[in-house]
Amino acid sequence: MAGSGSAQLRDPNAALLRVENLVMEFPVGRGRKVSAVANLSFDLQRGETLGLVGESGCGKSTTGKAIMQLPRPTKGSVRLGDTELTGLRASELRATRPRMQMIFQDPISSLNPRRTVADIVEEPLRIWRLGDAAARREKVREVLDAVGINFEVAAERKPHEFSGGQCQRISIARALVTEPELIICDEPVSALDVSVQAQILNLLEDMKRRYGLTLVFVAHDLAVVKNVSDRVAVMYLGKLCEMSPPQALYTQPAHPYTAALLAAIPVPDPAVDAHEGDHLGGDLPSPIDPPSGCRFRTRCDRATDVCVQAEPQMQMVAEGHFVACHHPLVTPVEISR
Amino acid sequence: MSGTGTALQDTPHAPGTGALLEVEDLRTSFASPRGEVGAVNGVSLSIQRGRTLGIVGESGSGKSVLSRSIMGLLPPTATRTGRIGFEGMDLSEWTDSRYRDLWGTEMAMIFQDPMTALNPVMRIGRQITESLRFHLDMDRSTAQETAVELLRSVRIPEPEKRFRSYPHEMSGGMRQRVVIAVALACGPKLLFADEPTTALDVTVQAQVLDLLAEQQRDRFMAMILVTHDLGVVAGRAHEIAVMYAGRVVERAPTAELFANMKMPYTEALLAAIPKLADPPHTRLAAIGGLPPDLVDPPPGCPFAPRCPYARERCHRERPELVAVDGNPEHQYACHYPVDSPETIEIKDRMIAQQMIEDPSAPVSPPVIGGSDGR
Repeated sequence: MAGSGSAQLRDPNAALLRVENLVMEFPVGRGRKVSAVANLSFDLQRGETLGLVGESGCGKSTTGKAIMQLPRPTKGSVRLGDTELTGLRASELRATRPRMQMIFQDPISSLNPRRTVADIVEEPLRIWRLGDAAARREKVREVLDAVGINFEVAAERKPHEFSGGQCQRISIARALVTEPELIICDEPVSALDVSVQAQILNLLEDMKRRYGLTLVFVAHDLAVVKNVSDRVAVMYLGKLCEMSPPQALYTQPAHPYTAALLAAIPVPDPAVDAHEGDHLGGDLPSPIDPPSGCRFRTRCDRATDVCVQAEPQMQMVAEGHFVACHHPLVTPVEISR
Repeated sequence: MSGTGTALQDTPHAPGTGALLEVEDLRTSFASPRGEVGAVNGVSLSIQRGRTLGIVGESGSGKSVLSRSIMGLLPPTATRTGRIGFEGMDLSEWTDSRYRDLWGTEMAMIFQDPMTALNPVMRIGRQITESLRFHLDMDRSTAQETAVELLRSVRIPEPEKRFRSYPHEMSGGMRQRVVIAVALACGPKLLFADEPTTALDVTVQAQVLDLLAEQQRDRFMAMILVTHDLGVVAGRAHEIAVMYAGRVVERAPTAELFANMKMPYTEALLAAIPKLADPPHTRLAAIGGLPPDLVDPPPGCPFAPRCPYARERCHRERPELVAVDGNPEHQYACHYPVDSPETIEIKDRMIAQQMIEDPSAPVSPPVIGGSDGR
């Protein structure tokens, strides 16, 4: 998994977002650096949802932020439509902001506690000077209504008067108000109860349909990711392991890491013995000094010498299903590219 | 549900057979500017050594306050009533200083957040030996040996070296293992695990839950596993109590609960979880609305305002916890359980109207202010 390569990329003309060889490194002093994302490539077509999954520290959130150029990637290319974001000057980059928005994990701390809901949702419109005051008010009313918040009741209230689920609805309204093409959702439901989580996931699907959105959905919960995604990318220590439509990934994982992640999910069924099964041992290695070759090899029971020496490249195992592993659980098909 | 449960009504106090903990009509409330907040409203439960009880509920259901009430870890603003029997002692009137003798040696708690549960400026070894020396009067070197053994038993690699580490030098999963080692140090008979894996990754969650189950078996402890995730308790608890608005609304041995759910809330909680087996973009069965205001709870069933099967009686009359016919271990509080003719009738109608996937759809504009206007 520690995989690189670009076999998984599709026709560049059809993609709304195309990320190629993305590298994100952070200096940690004494000349050392954390390799948070290393040579990551993927693309997204208009109207698609890409699920990014992996353990904490795998670089999934960093990838989401790198798309937003927050901060700018160390290396690599991020194209939104025809615009190469990495090369833009600050003012040009600002001009692209209304096209891409973000929703964060903690709905309460991502809203300014001292502002009213109407203010919070309207702010992006004011910043971009979109419409006059009346038109902005109308737009705020429309998006709040769309996310199931009653404008009349909520407009003059402050975030602390709302529950976590309602705050997340307000965050979604704020993201929708500039009519973006792309929304990066960074663990949008991890802080919510299952009952509220279901409401928010349904809402995101509705909004996607209603506003024709393209979503990057970062999450650690594989069941949630399967529910929302059209394609799923599994990450480990800054690398892509596997990428596939959800059905194939979940029924026939090709990467040992994906299989381990799936095996670890608690199943709400007492007939399934939770104590059995091979649960992945050990911890994530340090991203300051990642293992050579395949980055997953230190926790992989299929690892051999080749995994130490060479980094696996992305290869196709089925239509649309790619894996970066020397010993995949599904035999790759030969393709000439 | 007082006095009922797993084989404990009549058993005399033979070691290992009677209930270790018996709670009757426990009520905990907090003073707030708006009035008394009833966080736990009459909970009775019991647990034997060697058993795991799962307590499941949403945020605000009172599940954490319940375990803190039993452990005597409440802030001064709280008022607690009811009977707490532990090993034949009645803890109801105990003060903090008496409780202190129980903490660690008799009952211990593992908290949700391993980042804040440990002292950041104390080496982890000392955090374990502290309680060994205080409670068990061990000398320094015995305590150190015991601590290293404990670290080994919770599968911390190189325990001798880790003994001298600080919490920040370890990952979240490793820190949670240390927290478990601290909790286990003095050999408690009852272990509370309050969302022990919520802050952890799914792979680490599985490791930590496996470890807890193993330690519980080996030490013949009673464990109360508090979680919002039915998936976490499904394979790991002998018995499950579902809480809502400070009450137990359904309680049964795990297999029985899943096979024969009675309470619409339990059903809704399970239905809201995205299933791995479902195809992508399956519409989820969200539970509409919000939990009730605990300062001024509605007179009837607390779940009635959100329940798709609620009838007039549910809004008026609060259902008591009753046992399923012929199965005293399975209890529920509902006038029209999911297999009652009244509820089946509504379900059939919803299926006919193709609403069943999402009984609460469309997501009704949430009630803002009023009951939630805190």
